[in-house]
Parts: sequence; structure tokens; C-alpha cells
Amino acid sequence: MSKITEAAIKEICASCGNDRDRLMDVVNAVQAKAGCVSDESIEAIAKQLSCHRVEVESVVSFYAFLSKEQKGSVVIRLCNDVVDKMNGVDAVAKAFEDELGIKFGQTTDDGKITLEYAPCIGMCDQAPAALINNEVMTYLSTDKVKEIVKNLKACNDPAKLKHRLGDGNNASEMVHSVVHNGIRKKGPVIFADYDKEAGLKNALAMSPVEVINEIKTARLRGRGGAGFPTGMKWEFTRAAEGKKKYIICNADEGEPGTFKDRAILTERADLMFEGMTVGGYAIGADSGIVYLRAEYAYLTKLLEKILQDRRNANLLGKNVLGKKGFDFDIRVQMGAGAYICGEETALISSCEGLRGDPKNRPPFPAQKGYLGHPTSVNNVETLCCVGRILEMGAAWFAETGSKGSPSTKLLSISGDCQMPGVYEFPFGVKVSELLKEIGAENAQAVLVGGPSGQIIGKADYERTICYDDLATGGAVVVFGPERNMLEIAAEYMEFFIEESCGYCTPCRVGNVLLKNGLDKILAGKGEPGDLAMLEELGNTVKTTSRCGLGQTSANPVLSTLKNFRSTYESLVKESKDGMQPMFDISAALNDAETIADRKSVIFKN
Amino acid sequence: MAKPKVATTSLAGCFGCHMSLLDIDDRILKLVELVDFDKSPIDDIKEFTGQCAIGLVEGGCANEENVRVLQDFRKHCDILISVGDCATMGGLPALRNTITLEECLNEAYLDGPTVYNPDGVIPNDKEIPLCLDRVYPCNEVVKIDYNLPGCPPSADTLWEALVALLTDKPVSLPYELIKYD
Amino acid sequence: MSDKITFTIDGVEVKAAKGQTILQAADEAGIYIPRLCNMSGLIPYGSCRVCTVIVNGRPQSACTQPAAEGMIVENETEELLTHRKNIVDMLFVEGNHYCMSCEKSGNCELQALAYRFGIAAPKYPYMFPNRSVDATHPDIFIDRNRCILCARCVRASRDLDGKGVFEFVGRGPNKSIAVNANARLKDTNLDITDKAVDVCPVGAIIKKRVGFAVPIGQRKYDTKPIGSEIEAQNK
Repeated sequence: MSKITEAAIKEICASCGNDRDRLMDVVNAVQAKAGCVSDESIEAIAKQLSCHRVEVESVVSFYAFLSKEQKGSVVIRLCNDVVDKMNGVDAVAKAFEDELGIKFGQTTDDGKITLEYAPCIGMCDQAPAALINNEVMTYLSTDKVKEIVKNLKACNDPAKLKHRLGDGNNASEMVHSVVHNGIRKKGPVIFADYDKEAGLKNALAMSPVEVINEIKTARLRGRGGAGFPTGMKWEFTRAAEGKKKYIICNADEGEPGTFKDRAILTERADLMFEGMTVGGYAIGADSGIVYLRAEYAYLTKLLEKILQDRRNANLLGKNVLGKKGFDFDIRVQMGAGAYICGEETALISSCEGLRGDPKNRPPFPAQKGYLGHPTSVNNVETLCCVGRILEMGAAWFAETGSKGSPSTKLLSISGDCQMPGVYEFPFGVKVSELLKEIGAENAQAVLVGGPSGQIIGKADYERTICYDDLATGGAVVVFGPERNMLEIAAEYMEFFIEESCGYCTPCRVGNVLLKNGLDKILAGKGEPGDLAMLEELGNTVKTTSRCGLGQTSANPVLSTLKNFRSTYESLVKESKDGMQPMFDISAALNDAETIADRKSVIFKN
Repeated sequence: MAKPKVATTSLAGCFGCHMSLLDIDDRILKLVELVDFDKSPIDDIKEFTGQCAIGLVEGGCANEENVRVLQDFRKHCDILISVGDCATMGGLPALRNTITLEECLNEAYLDGPTVYNPDGVIPNDKEIPLCLDRVYPCNEVVKIDYNLPGCPPSADTLWEALVALLTDKPVSLPYELIKYD
Repeated sequence: MSDKITFTIDGVEVKAAKGQTILQAADEAGIYIPRLCNMSGLIPYGSCRVCTVIVNGRPQSACTQPAAEGMIVENETEELLTHRKNIVDMLFVEGNHYCMSCEKSGNCELQALAYRFGIAAPKYPYMFPNRSVDATHPDIFIDRNRCILCARCVRASRDLDGKGVFEFVGRGPNKSIAVNANARLKDTNLDITDKAVDVCPVGAIIKKRVGFAVPIGQRKYDTKPIGSEIEAQNK
């Protein structure tokens, strides 16, 4: 039974202007109110938005936070990322199961509490962590779980679970969360003190083309990982034909091991909005959208408050800061749990109320993006850089960093190290220097750029973090000497299987086959020929996949095959008798022996 | 010089592939000139008499006896060929692979719309080989050297492949002979 | 003639009209680029990835990539053949393709590609997924065991029939084709005369009471490889 009336759905749809393009907001609202988007709700939404019901069903079935089946009024999403596993999430998981008396994927008999796993929720530096509805719980232990469950059973209100609040804005009324910023190293660009509004004022004193030129002179490149020159992106978007243009801030950081945007969104959102406004002015947009991952919903009140403050101060709205003809405002678009939406065209699809499927390119977003309008999608950190460049000048920006990669980069560092957290390093820092600073000099391996990046070993520690060497969107995960790198690679493949949109064959099927291949080797059933098979398969997935997810999803396998070859080789051996090592006759006969109540005579154990 | 030996068997198959082998018509006389048959339903030799050059396996593995025979073939045959779709991908018997063995037996002996079984007994004599949890394509159980697709592979497909192997030539089937039906 | 684009495929000069994709231009030039999800008359979709070619050193799907002046396209290389075979293998093991009992056998484009590539058996283990069949409609049935998620029916129903009967649900390995009804195909407005019914490259959407209409030996791909009709123009 759905807990929502058709009238309530009508109201929700009406509040979104009965606009089919706002489907994400509609289904998010229905899910929040009813704990599901049932078949009846789907039917009602379709009627209200004048679309086919299967379109709504398609969207609901795509996002992890949306569900046709009834969930509890409280949903516990325990993060089972690799780093959480390294920090003992399995014991925490068992404690949740024991205390609640249910397994993962189930809801308590009274229908109140649902227990689920979630991939990286952006809290690797304070793992194990969980989302309880929109509230974040960090540094979980079995004792903490007992307390949480006890409190939930008593009051059923996740907001009442928090005792010690985090630092900075986390402690503010708007956020009220236990999350710690974890800012360990402040650099000159993102976390330094800055002159609010100066960047925007300077920008508005220039022509849009001059602003773009300033960004080009600063040689700012995208901080999300791909590293596309921001000035060029803006130039294309500005030059593209279209009356309406958009700038979208990609705040969907979902790469496992990444949480640096969390710190920005908490402490530097104003700077980010300033950068967006500058971008809007530069490309000729009057609207901006922040696409915020559902896992960071606890920050929405703060973001909305800052936006309202900016509107009140005429930093947004009509004739921004008195600049005639420059109208600009920003809205926040919530995601609903899909890593793929960090891919810019998938993000645009999601904003349009569609499944988070990436789009075909060309046309590129700069030509035809959100709703067909020229659109620039920029990373949270990139937009902060924009604000600072306009404040301090392009020359200042290039003072730090390396030759090809000016300025600084925020790194989210976690795993087997003494001091996990957010670090602002100048580009060009050596991995070895970084390891020393974070207290991880005995690292066996370092994941640079998240699972879609590279897993490197000691031989590569003198390499540098920059666009021309080890490029990264910011995730750095450290693995100590005792970790099994094949297991780690297999975990990350599981992540990509879960998060593939399924649009193209190589990513949808190939990742499953890669994972199965790794599991075979980990089970001690692998043969030398399997390594070549994995390599070839990985290359097919990499070469033929349609978007960045599939083009990089084989990296955990390919980079460990390259950098940890001896681990693989020690695990595989040739089966000399022509038998397939994977075939397990006793397992295959188990069912029949039970049903027939007799043991195999042919295959006696 | 002794003629190379060939062995054949049908596991969870329908003997259609063996029929197809007989379909090579008068070329069977040539084949007998080229090879001796060892364990095979064609000459009714029940167990291997020695090492064979080529083993032809029809059908996948649905029960323990299939596994035993297939493993025996692998041990006794230098080259092992999976003949037909059942050997290669499980074929029609593998239609049961999406349900549990229990459901499958219940449907076959108790619940199926055409079942007449007044005693409601699922056959369970100790002589009946135990079924596997699902039907396994041959190459999941042992290593297979060549696959000859088809349901069944045509007589020409079998002939071409055998002649190539017996004359030390690479097995490369022309377009018309690679068929999955 | 100046609005014609000139580029090369495997060193052969090809002309394209402005706005044409690499695949369209190749077809007209009598060069076959293998493909599955692409179909003339439908908006290019780029999901199967079989038509992946190397354009100026970078992989692109030929069905979605517009031809551009001076482009250097590689099509028939060992490397691409390996990738294409791997993709076809993936599609075979991902679903349940019982060709021996499929009405589409002999006319199936997935099977035909495997034949053209000389694939005797896929190199990956079969997954034997549990998928559903919907035979509730009086004239048509869906067998999801055979679906390769190419979206031809989605596109045809939406863009040609103006109906939107089909859409995908789920994501990743759980993605499947759904219909615009609470549950079943019979509750949609799909009609036997719809274009969407005719576009399936495999046997996932089948008209009832047709069965095995064409004898073995006379079916589309029994003797002539897929693509040979395109290559024939080149002779």
C-alpha cells in the first residue's frame, strides 16, 4: 500500500510546474514522502506530467535512492566502499543486522527501518560511515551501532542521533552534522582567506571575452579529472548558437575515495557560487544549476541559505551588482544515487528528468547541452579557482604548481595512512612527498584518481601529481603492505558493475566478466592464460565503451596487471590434466544429493 | 602404421549429432580407412581400449555420469572436440539453468501439465545418476580444443573438421558451415 | 560539389555529404562497418559498440560520429576485429540465445555477425540469466532472453510509431526492456502493424503465428554474410 494520495502527488507535480523536465524533483519528493514510488504513484505522476508511465518507471528504476518497493521511514545506508571495508565495516554491518534483526536489503517487520549498502558516500576519511536518511553518521563502531539502533527504535528520528557536531559550518544550524571537514592542509587557492565579491566585481568590470581570456591566461583546467581547459570550454559555449545558455556545477563527486568537494561545499560554497556567476557572465548564461549528489543532501539547507543571501545582496538576480543586462540565478538539483551522473552528459540527462544515461557526442554540451541549450559543466573546485583567478589575477594563479599544471589541487586522501583528510597540494607534488606528509611511507600501493585512475606501486612513487603525469580528480587511497591488491581490484570492479548505466555492451557485460575473471584467480583457480584474457578483455572495455565510466572501469584490472604482475603470477597455475579448475563437482551435486537423500557413488569425497 | 583412433559419445544430447556423423554418407567408408573407432556408440565399445587421437563429444553435462564420461574422454583423447550446441552451450537441456533442480524435478515429475504420476514419486533408484545443479557446457568441465557449432553440425562440418585434423591441417570452416541451428 | 566531405577508411577515399555519419558514408561507398544497434531510418543510438572504428587515432562509434574533412578512419584491423568479436561474444553469453529453437535463426543479425566473424563458440562463460517472456499480446510476444538492449524498438515506437510502447528499466547488468503498461504487453497500444515490431535485430520481439516460415538454406544469412549486400555495391 502506497502511503501517498493522488492529491499529494498532484500537489508535488504542480509545485514543479507539472514540468516533465523536473521529473527528478517529483520522484525524489514522492520517495521522501511515501518511502517508495509505487506503480500507482508512477501512474499518477505520468498522468500529471503528461508522459508515458514507462518513462517514469524507467527513471525510478535507474537511481539507487528511488524504489518501487516500500522502504522504511528510516533508511540506513551503510557505505561499503573499499576504505570502509579496510576500516572494519564488516563488523559494523553485522552489528546493524544483529541489532535490527534483519539482513541487508530488508526492512524491519514494523516497516520502520530499512537496511542497505551504499557505495562511497564521500566520507572515506571518517569511515566506516553511513547515511541514515539524510543524516551522516561517521566513525562507526559496533558500540555506536547499538546506540544508534536503540535511539532509532525509541524515537524513529535520525536527526536526534547526533551528539558531537563537526567543525566549521558542520556545527552551524544549517548543517548540524557530525561530519568533520578534515581539512589538513590549506593552500593559497581554495582554503586561503579571500576577498568575497572581489572576483565577481572584477569580472563584471571586464567584458565576458576578457573574463574568458583571463581564465585562458591562467591556464585553468577542469579539476574533475579530465582536465579540459576551462577557458576553451567557456569560449565554445559562448560562441555556440542559442538564446538561452546554462552553466552547471558538477557537485556529484562519486568517485570512490573522493570527498574534497564535500569540504568545499561546506566551507567555500560562496566562492563556488561566485565562480559560477562569473562563468554565467562569461558564457552568457542567465541560469545556473548545481547538481548535488543525494549523499550530500545534508548540505542543501546551507547551500539554499547562501544562495538566498547572495540574492539579497544582489550577487544573484536581476542586474547582478548593478550590471545592466546581466541577470543570473542558481538552483540546486538533487541527484538520487548514481555515480554515472558525475559524467557531464549523464548529469545533464538527469537534470532533464531522464535516466542518467550519458548522451552521444557530438553534439557536445557546449553546443547542445541542458534541454538542447549550450551548456558548460564545471567541477566544484574549478569554479572556486575561477573566483580566485578573477580576484587575484591569472599571474598569481600560475605562481604555484608545475609548468604544465599551474596552481593547486585538492586531494582527498584516505586508506592506510595516519592523517586522512583533504589536502591542498601544489601540482607537481611527488607521490613520495605526499606519502611522507600523510604518514604512509610504508604504502604498498596508491590509488591515484580513484578506481577510474591508476593503482601504482613503489616503482612509481617518484612520479608527480599533475595533468601530464598522474592526473587525478582528487582521490588518493593508500594501501598498506598487508593488503591484497587483487581483492582491492575486485572490489572496485564490483563498484563499476553496480554503477554502470548498462547502455553500452562492453561496460555492461565486460565489467562483469572482468570481475568474474579476478574472482577465479582469487579463488586459486586461475591459469596463466587468464591474465592475457583479462588484458584483452580490459582493452576491449576501455577502447569500445561509450563514456568515461566504461573507458576507465577496466583500470583496476589493467593497472594491477601492470604494476602488481607478480601477485597475479603467484596465484595462477596451469591445469595440466585438461580439467577446468573452476568446475566443482561436489558443489554441482549438492542439490541432487539433498533431494535424493543419497551420496554420489561416482564422485566419492 | 596403426590408424589413429577416434572416440565419440553423447552426453546430455539427443544423438542428433551422431546422426549427422552418419549423414556423411559414403564418406564413412573413407573415414573408416582413415581411422579406427574406439569407445563409441557407433561400434558399441563401452570403455576406452587405449589413447585416442580425437574425441567427439555431443551434449553437455546434466548429471554426474556425463561428467565422469567427459573427464574420461579428456584423459584418453589428444584432441577433444565439442560437437553441437548442447556440448558448446548446454543446448535445450540448459533451458533448466534458470530454475533450481528441485523446481525442475517437480515440474517434470509432479506438477507439469502433462504429467501422469499417480504415486507422486520422483524416480530415485541408486542406478540413476544424480543430476547436476544445472547443465554445464563441456568447456566448463574440461578443456575443449575445438567447437563445432550447429544443432546438429552438418555432416559436411564434421567431415571437414575431421579430415583437416587427420591430415594435420588447420580447422577452418567456410562461412556456410558455421551455423548455430 | 564543394559541400562534399572527403575522408579515408582504411586508406580508401570516401565522400560524404555534410551531416552524414561515418557509417552512412561508408555504406554508400560500399564499405561495410559491422553494426547491430544501428538501423537506417532510426536515430543513431551508439549502444552496441560493434561499429567502433578508430578516427584519427581515437575510438568512436561510426554510427554516431559525423564524417569530417580529412578524417582518417580505420575499420578492418586485427585489433578492431578482436574488439568486435569480444563484443559479440559478450552479447551471446549475457543472454540466453538458443538459436536452435529461435524463429529468428538465419535472419538474426547477432547470429549473422558471429557467422561473419567465424565465431564457433564465445570465449566467455555463459551467464544463464533468468529473464522473462511476455506472450500476453494476441499478435506479438517479447522474449527478453534474446534481447540485446539495442533500443531499436524503443526508438521505432517513439519516433516512427509515435507511441512510446518500449523503454528500459533498471541499470547496468539489470537493465531490461519494459513496456508502457503496469505489467504486460497486452495492456499497451502496440499493434502488429507498428514499425517497432519489425525492427528487432534478434528474436526478442516476434510476431505470433509466423514461426519458421523460410526453409533452412533460403534464409537471409544462410549463404551470404551480413554486410555483403553493402560490399556488393563496391564490386
